[in-house]
Amino acid sequence: MSDQIHLTYQVSGDDFTRAGEASSDVKRMLKKMGADPEAIRKVAISMYEGEINMVIHAHGGEINVTITPEEVQMVLSDNGPGIADVDKAMEAGFSTAPENVRSLGFGAGMGLPNMKKYSDDMKIDTKLGEGTTVTMKVQM
Amino acid sequence: MTVTKLVENLGFSVLWKGDMGDEKIIRPYCCDLLSIAMGKLPANSAWVTVMGNINTVAVAVLTECACIILAEGAAADEAMLSKVRQQGITLMATDLTVFDAALKIHELIKDEDT
Repeated sequence: MSDQIHLTYQVSGDDFTRAGEASSDVKRMLKKMGADPEAIRKVAISMYEGEINMVIHAHGGEINVTITPEEVQMVLSDNGPGIADVDKAMEAGFSTAPENVRSLGFGAGMGLPNMKKYSDDMKIDTKLGEGTTVTMKVQM
Repeated sequence: MTVTKLVENLGFSVLWKGDMGDEKIIRPYCCDLLSIAMGKLPANSAWVTVMGNINTVAVAVLTECACIILAEGAAADEAMLSKVRQQGITLMATDLTVFDAALKIHELIKDEDT
């Protein structure tokens, strides 16, 4: 059990200037540990997209990361509005992001599809009005 | 083609000279939608975009982008400038269109290969 690393990050809502700090931190750590570059890229992309989603849609939340020699698990939990139609949200190009977010270059409807594409396993637990937990795993 | 060599040959204005001058550039990449770039930006590319905000730098760092070029006269805001300084990423700017800027990069890379 000693070769497990746990990391917790608080993501603040509506703060785009800090979005990406958690994923950059995990990326830096994996790099230092000498992890496979492609696996690092997969973790960085899927986690960043999740982070951005929390900022745009859920007023922030918490990310718990567990690193073992075999895999990286990321659990992103928020108390946001929940996802009304998960299948629809998974469609590339479908977005409910507001206009101000689009002008920053986000809201192309690629967040969840990118997370699915770059993680080896993704699970979404969501309840309207209560929040969403996304669990992603990337094999090392 | 290294970042240093690209900077020297492009003649674009250099907003920040990063600390990865030896990094290899294999191709230009053009996209302004960050969530598309996030998923598709190839590592070691020179990213040509008009998005001059801090999130562009975050995406560049996460995708192992070699340098950023703001085209079409797009300006970098203060938050972006401070982020490239902090992350050590090279940032250039030009009045050329996105296409012309990328073409120029492509030709420099191609010329070096032949």
